Amino acid sequence: MNYLKLFLPLVSLLWLPTVQAQQHAGQYDIADIAYGAQLFAERCVVCHGPNGDLLPQANFRTGTFRNASSDRDLQRVIRDGVQGTAMAATGYADAELTALVAFLRNITSYDGSGLTIGDADAGKAIFEGKGDCLSCHRVGTSGPSYAPPLTSIGMSRTAAALRRVLIDPVDGMMPINRPVHAVLANGRVVEGRRLNEDTFSVQLITKEERLVSLDKRSLREYEIGTESAMPAYGEIYSDQEIADLLAYLLSLKGFQP
Amino acid sequence: MKKSLPLLLALLAAPLVTSAQVTPERLENAASEPQNWLTYSGTYMSQRYSELDEITPRNVDRLELKWVFQAQSLEAFEASPLVVDGIMYLTEAPNTVYALDPATGRTFWRYQHDPHTDARPCCGRVNRGVAISGNTLFMATIDAKLVALDATTGGVLWQNDVADPALGYAMTLAPLAIKDKVIVGVAGGEYGIRGFIAAYDVATGDEAWRFYTIPGPGEPGHETWQGGGDAWMHGGASIWLTGSYDPELNLTYWGVGNPGPDWNPDQRPGDNLYSDSVVALNADTGELVWHFQFTPNDDYDYDSIQIPVLVDMEMGNLSSGKLMLWANRNGFYYVLDRTNGKFLNGTPFVHVNWASGLDPETGRPIETPQGPEAVTYPGVQGGTNWYSPSFSPKTEMFYLTAWENYGSIFMPQDIEYVPGRIFGGGALGGPIPGAANLPGFGNQPVNTWTGDVGKGAILGLNARTGEQAWRFDMNDIGHSGILTTSSNLLFSGNREGLFFALDARNGKLLWQQRLGGQGNNGPITFETNGEQFVAAAMGNGLYVFGLRD
Repeated sequence: MNYLKLFLPLVSLLWLPTVQAQQHAGQYDIADIAYGAQLFAERCVVCHGPNGDLLPQANFRTGTFRNASSDRDLQRVIRDGVQGTAMAATGYADAELTALVAFLRNITSYDGSGLTIGDADAGKAIFEGKGDCLSCHRVGTSGPSYAPPLTSIGMSRTAAALRRVLIDPVDGMMPINRPVHAVLANGRVVEGRRLNEDTFSVQLITKEERLVSLDKRSLREYEIGTESAMPAYGEIYSDQEIADLLAYLLSLKGFQP
Repeated sequence: MKKSLPLLLALLAAPLVTSAQVTPERLENAASEPQNWLTYSGTYMSQRYSELDEITPRNVDRLELKWVFQAQSLEAFEASPLVVDGIMYLTEAPNTVYALDPATGRTFWRYQHDPHTDARPCCGRVNRGVAISGNTLFMATIDAKLVALDATTGGVLWQNDVADPALGYAMTLAPLAIKDKVIVGVAGGEYGIRGFIAAYDVATGDEAWRFYTIPGPGEPGHETWQGGGDAWMHGGASIWLTGSYDPELNLTYWGVGNPGPDWNPDQRPGDNLYSDSVVALNADTGELVWHFQFTPNDDYDYDSIQIPVLVDMEMGNLSSGKLMLWANRNGFYYVLDRTNGKFLNGTPFVHVNWASGLDPETGRPIETPQGPEAVTYPGVQGGTNWYSPSFSPKTEMFYLTAWENYGSIFMPQDIEYVPGRIFGGGALGGPIPGAANLPGFGNQPVNTWTGDVGKGAILGLNARTGEQAWRFDMNDIGHSGILTTSSNLLFSGNREGLFFALDARNGKLLWQQRLGGQGNNGPITFETNGEQFVAAAMGNGLYVFGLRD
């Protein structure tokens, strides 16, 4: 059905089992590990060294941490710092914290081969050029709003989730973003991307960029689609181009004054 | 009128259209679309009055709760929502914006601004709402930024640093959009800031003009700051409530806060313009056209940030009929000619002893200082404060929330300005005779605030004379604003958690609900799917009422 293809949700936390088997290092996704390695190289090596073992009291290659045991602990320490030490609060976003923890948990085995994060500038060129992504997605003040806006997607979605949706947008779609097809009591058809829903009502944004709230009890038809109109770019673009697109998406961290 | 179920369902099913284009013409004529609530006070006249009349004194007892928005924040909920073409835009503290379905309260989108840790608003990390122009929302933040959001998505379009929060600058007000500009002012009068009002281009965020509420060297009024060399630089005169606008005169009116240090006028001899004043500015240029000062050289923290209520009504020999009504924190009610700021009338609306009256020609107070040995009335929180008043053209009455028989002992102290620190210059003495255990201002489950300390009341005043037409007495004081409608209803709340409807003609109680949290905002009314709703923030929820089907 055409209405299922109107919307191009990009973001997901869902997982494709066949990819999982190839891409995971234990419970951590290779995309997150690779992104974590990149972030580590950018900000952490100054104190911790390129191998993470420069500080005896914080030698990451031992696999144990003085101020953290769980992944949640690690995220907290990285985000908030350690009082009384040179480890200051970093303010990393959730997606970045996920990546850094994935890297630290795999620091001894990760060798940089295989999946890489790519080049953000090259990814931007694809995004705005042959990918034509701005025809559906909004970044900053460019592009329409009926597909999920991507202005700060690099803060809210992990590298793994973004790569997943680039490769398989149907399974990668966040369920909340699924397309709605509704027929009103008067026969009028309303289609849009789901923004919110409860037992009796659904809120959506239409392709005309209108916010609409519907009482589900009054509808003649009401259907939630599961497909995405976004192409499966894994079948179109090379691994390098996917890596570049991923790098660009990860670089989108909100409005920059 | 009771609607049939099929009709109601059909109405509910009708798509609610946004991509609002709120043009300057729509804002100028906001009163003609009462289904919406387009500015903080409803219209540029700031009467907080609506022509909606489905809810009346006869059927108001059929009001029922339609939905509640539960804030995530436990900070005081001081926002007035906007309702624009079927979407409600609401803020919660400190700086989060929601787009809601006004029929159900369900959320379309949410935008959260995380204020910088330098933010240090004196009196709560609060926000009072957004402004809209075109399809852009504007939020002023407690870290003194102005954020422009796409009303359809909540995405940021631009963001400006208006002032430095580390110096105590903050913004808590709802901005005011006029033509191609959005206007804000800065709070921080307790931190020794130099207040200002500034306008920004709605499309780009570029600053269009800035009016300092304390004149600089060489500017008229600078001589009214005679203390030490830099008294004017740290004299406060903040802005923390939304102004009004007269399109015919192209004047925008703003109430200005107290001078600093708050309680020690000896450190700033002179009238301290334009503190405790209303200023009338050219909306295009920010040029000062006139001013009227309510409390010169203020000793008592009598901010004059109240909402300027504009009324077109015959009054004596004033041919234009262009009035400005103002119940001031200093306890006096004023009527001004808003074309030129001329004082027309003034009278106390609560017990006042800091002045014996107003000069009949100029409106300047005839001061009778009580000194630190005696109680000054009204007290530090004033006879009224920031809670929105209302004016009804139907009754020609002015309505306000008053604190009666409430006084304070003011004890000035010398204080040195330190950037970013409180610059109060005094303390409150006690005990107050007859009210030995002066309680704090926070509402508690057990209410220790008694009538011995001061009582709250909703007052209905003859708008021309200020004479009290009626009063609705409350056991406790209140922080709630007031809404009136063309069906002669008045809605307000109080600190006891009561939300109620009065007959605007006589103050008779018609309906009340116990909502369990104090009212901290001004109620609004709007229409969605053909039904009139009334919304008020009480405690940490926004409660929305409509007639039972």
